[in-house]
Amino acid sequence: MNSSDAELSAGGVAIEIRDLHVRRGGKPILPGISLRVPAGTVTGLLGPSGSGKTTLMRAIVGVQIIESGQVIVFGQPAGTPALRRRVAYVTQAPSVYTDLTVEENLRYFARILDAPRQRINEVIRLVGLTSQTRQEARTLSGGELSRTSLAVALLGKPELLVLDEPTVDVDPILRRELWQTFYELADGGASLLVSSHVMDEAARCQELVLMRGGRIIATGSPDELLARTHTGELEDAFVALAEAA
Amino acid sequence: MSITATLASAARVLGQLRRDPRTLAMVFLVPPALLTLFKYIFNQQPLIFERIGAPMIGLFPLIIMFLITSIAMLRERSSGTLERLMSLPIAKLDLLLGYALAFALLAALQGAVTGAVAFGALDVHAAGPHWAVVLLAIGNALLGMALGLFLSAFATTEFQAVQFLPAVLLPQILLAGLLIPRTHMPHALEIVSDALPVSYAYDALAKVTTNNTGTWFWLDIAIVAASIMLALELGATTLRRRTA
Repeated sequence: MNSSDAELSAGGVAIEIRDLHVRRGGKPILPGISLRVPAGTVTGLLGPSGSGKTTLMRAIVGVQIIESGQVIVFGQPAGTPALRRRVAYVTQAPSVYTDLTVEENLRYFARILDAPRQRINEVIRLVGLTSQTRQEARTLSGGELSRTSLAVALLGKPELLVLDEPTVDVDPILRRELWQTFYELADGGASLLVSSHVMDEAARCQELVLMRGGRIIATGSPDELLARTHTGELEDAFVALAEAA
Repeated sequence: MSITATLASAARVLGQLRRDPRTLAMVFLVPPALLTLFKYIFNQQPLIFERIGAPMIGLFPLIIMFLITSIAMLRERSSGTLERLMSLPIAKLDLLLGYALAFALLAALQGAVTGAVAFGALDVHAAGPHWAVVLLAIGNALLGMALGLFLSAFATTEFQAVQFLPAVLLPQILLAGLLIPRTHMPHALEIVSDALPVSYAYDALAKVTTNNTGTWFWLDIAIVAASIMLALELGATTLRRRTA
């Protein structure tokens, strides 16, 4: 047994990716990447728009057709039926029924996930939508709609949450609260992979994965990356790492 | 498979319809209105209305559920909710049966309303039992739903989806014997119509109208049922857990 298998069985690794190749529309999006995401942490997936973040997240959730390589989540191939309860994915565009209310959306997905009824009110509180509970989703603001989508993902108490740009269009106070929620979930043992194209979000993550042009240019904690590049800002660190890659 | 997921999906679909009262109003008002129109168009030729009046009660749900399902599934695909569902622990069949259940209920109400107006006020004639016409209307709704579900996979926009109605359903209705009996059509067209599911749906309705419900009637029913299953099965293969 080599060291990576030992770590996997110890539960220290949430996601293990080996030489992943993905093409979309004939274009290579991920030209062979490898990555390991530790369990129980908030890991930020940072990179400019078009760097392959969404494709990588889709591969991790198991909804992306991949060309070759391995994506292992909690020791099982991504997309395995048993993982559908353990992994939750929030797409960048909110995927809820806009002609139903917030509560009706949650009630439907809760029944599919076998989540208890009181969990609906819990997640509504977690994402701060208490006063919009009975509002039809089509009348919500952009930020409220994406929080509804996030609430759906929280229903089943997933062990891995994959969040594609969850804090876009969210006001600064609520953004802070959402990050607090993410850390509470991580403290409870969940692993979170959160993507963003805004560098000021990077500082909030415990671990960072920096992407550019479909490749991973660096991984490590924010402090490590600053130290490695002798910079004071993560934005500068990204530039230094991108130029060196 | 899970009863909970099926029922939850049916309740969700009905909940969405409930929030769209204009659609619901049209589902219940348009068929009786059109049937009334037909009656007066054929005022001078009552025999034609006598032949097609009852079958039309059963054909409306076919058309309407085809359209509603195509658009509803297209919305599920484009809004990302289908992708979300496919990443959750729900079987494809549960989702499809949920839709089937919701639309069957809607079709039952539509058939009952149209039937009540037709048999009660418009003097529509059926020698067979009236409830059989309503039951066949539900069956036709399921056929329309299954065909709409399958075809919606080939539409990328709502403009395309609505055009599957004139492209796929209308020829079937024209060839089914509504305009003239299938045996009076050119032989080549009769053979084509033999291969189309709506022909058997119409035949079954026509046989109830003339109370000619023998073995051939049950064969029609069996063919329609098999077509529903086949279209649902094909529709299920278009729901993908993984996409490019």
